Amino acid sequence: MNGAPPAVVVRDLVKRFGDFVAVDNISLEARPGEIFGFLGPNGAGKSTTIRMLCGLLLPTSGQALVAGLDVAREPERVRQNIGYMSQKFSLYNDLKVIENLRFFAGMYSVPAADLKERIDWAIDMAGLAGREQLLTGTLAAGWKQRLALGCAVLHRPPIVFLDEPTSGVDPISRRLFWELIHRMADDGVTVFVTTHYMDEAEYCNRLVLIDRGRIVASGSPLELKEKSMAGDLLLLECDQVGKALEELQGAPGVTDAAIFGNALHLVVASAQSAIPQVQEFLATRGITVSHIEKIRPSLEDVFVSLTSLNRDRDEGDKGEANRDQGDKRDKGGTKDKGDPTGTAVTDEKKGQP
Amino acid sequence: MLGRLRQMLIKEFLHVIRDKRARFLLFGPPIIQTLVFGYAATLEIKHVPVAIVDYDNSQASRDLVSRFQASRYFEVRRIADRREIADLIDRDEVTMALQVNSGFARDLGKGETAHLQVIVDASNSNTALVGLGYVNQVAQGFARDFRTAALERQAPALAASLPEIVVERRPWYNPDLTSQWFFVPGVIGNLVLVIVVTLTAFAVVREREIGTLEQIMVTPIRRTEFILGKTIPFFLIGLLDTALISLAGTLWFHVPLTGSFLVLAAGTVCFILCMLGVGLFISTVSATQQQAMVTSFFFIMPAVIFSGFGSPISSMPVFLQRLTYLNPLRYQEVVLRSVYLKGVGFDVLWPQMAAMALIAAVMLTVSVLRFRKSLE
Repeated sequence: MNGAPPAVVVRDLVKRFGDFVAVDNISLEARPGEIFGFLGPNGAGKSTTIRMLCGLLLPTSGQALVAGLDVAREPERVRQNIGYMSQKFSLYNDLKVIENLRFFAGMYSVPAADLKERIDWAIDMAGLAGREQLLTGTLAAGWKQRLALGCAVLHRPPIVFLDEPTSGVDPISRRLFWELIHRMADDGVTVFVTTHYMDEAEYCNRLVLIDRGRIVASGSPLELKEKSMAGDLLLLECDQVGKALEELQGAPGVTDAAIFGNALHLVVASAQSAIPQVQEFLATRGITVSHIEKIRPSLEDVFVSLTSLNRDRDEGDKGEANRDQGDKRDKGGTKDKGDPTGTAVTDEKKGQP
Repeated sequence: MLGRLRQMLIKEFLHVIRDKRARFLLFGPPIIQTLVFGYAATLEIKHVPVAIVDYDNSQASRDLVSRFQASRYFEVRRIADRREIADLIDRDEVTMALQVNSGFARDLGKGETAHLQVIVDASNSNTALVGLGYVNQVAQGFARDFRTAALERQAPALAASLPEIVVERRPWYNPDLTSQWFFVPGVIGNLVLVIVVTLTAFAVVREREIGTLEQIMVTPIRRTEFILGKTIPFFLIGLLDTALISLAGTLWFHVPLTGSFLVLAAGTVCFILCMLGVGLFISTVSATQQQAMVTSFFFIMPAVIFSGFGSPISSMPVFLQRLTYLNPLRYQEVVLRSVYLKGVGFDVLWPQMAAMALIAAVMLTVSVLRFRKSLE
């Protein structure tokens, strides 16, 4: 794939809604056949960016090229080259499976010669063989999700945008869905996907982390894990986890602390010196440490660490007014360090196998 | 291009067929409203329940009372005591009460003014007004006959030479003054208004609500194709409903379609275009189906009231009369009733059609522009 022109090019893209900056000067490139992950907390600007790339929203400024076409100038040609699926699995529940497929095939002008083959392919892919005549509304979420994907790619688009495609489906369906994504990527389709599931982010070839409308980090999952954490990560198991978290947040040598399941993750400058320091610190406060070790950061750690770093900087240089806006946008999402973003991410992770 | 539009149309018809509410809107209101307006709604006031207390109990008073009893406009109930009146009126058992005081015959005999007291429940001012008119008619008839009889006794020659005016009633277009003939054509306009506006508004808003609007907008479909796909089905449904109700009116209620079907169809097309514009407009200001419902009612209620469907526009305050010129239903009611009963053609109805065409052009332009914008 090297040398081929990029599938998606975004340059200095900005979207403002009134005073509120939803997407703040984003630039990125996705290569053909790449699974490009767009990661960020709720309200970070992921959906807004995708909607601009699909021509659903006009950017305030900047440029987006999709399949080499300027989205602002040739939206209709762009649309023939993309598939789009949102978290709502927007199908017609009152139409039968086959009627939904025929409708979207019609919208994309799938040639009559290909029609049967493409519809059969989509039915097969969604695992809906024999259920063509069912009303779509009666299908379980996982089936609906795969049917929605089938409808979105009936015309074999080279680029597919998936906006939180796995929200609300069970873990097995999610796994199946990601297999489909990988198969499409193997066929050379560029998959542009937003998610806030960390395990899904691991499946991506490349990730962009976005927070408050800005890109805070990018690279492969491995690169992100290796480069983006300042310092070492410690896993700490102890009694009175809640109290420990409170105490450690201001403790010397501890940059950050967050709850992960039943344990705590601590970001420290150096594991070697911090381990005895933390143990002693907690012991003097009546907390017994049962286990402490240096671990390799997961994407989740990176995510929490980077988004909070970004927040601190934001507060530092822009002051209160901006902060208020950010809070409104988050709708209760990312207010203080490690919480609730950290908790939300953790909860979601716990729900997975 | 045609392929996409065809798919849109297939889909829209499937929605209407599968959606309970849409199916009901399609057949429910036409049936119910045609029956309601065919049978129940009437401007005539008949069988007004009236209590009569006669304290005179003379030949003359009995004669007067029997005239009320003979009239088809009244249901007479004799009472003995006027103190019953208040209670009867409070309980809605009677709408009016007549009281003949003792001395009624004596006063008449002396050639003095005799009094008939009429108490009327004016909480429904219309019934009260019409009822008073009927009472007046009966009483005047009685007085005239009484005077003539007296004159004939005393001066037969003079009585024979008194001039008289006889009203010769020739009600054109509706010789029996059947209110069904007035209401059934009128209801066609109401129904098409309700059905086309709500179905159109819902069809778009529902897609926005469930997210399919966005899904369609990322396909290469053109905005024009989408809008046509959303309006053509309801245009056809409006025509179908008009045909259905016309048929029911003609076959069931025997309302004669005097004029040309073509003229009726032309007016209906102009009218439906207006309603499509309104429906689309509502869809651009409503985010949910509930909002669309409420907004539709905001439009439907005044549109029907200020259309001349029930109460005549000429009785409204001048300011409101002027406002009705903005109401497409006002023109369509004229077209419907004129074509049905008067049998007039384009030569008479072109101003109504032109007005509707103009409103349709403005409404559709505004709505389509707003609609396109709402898609961005």
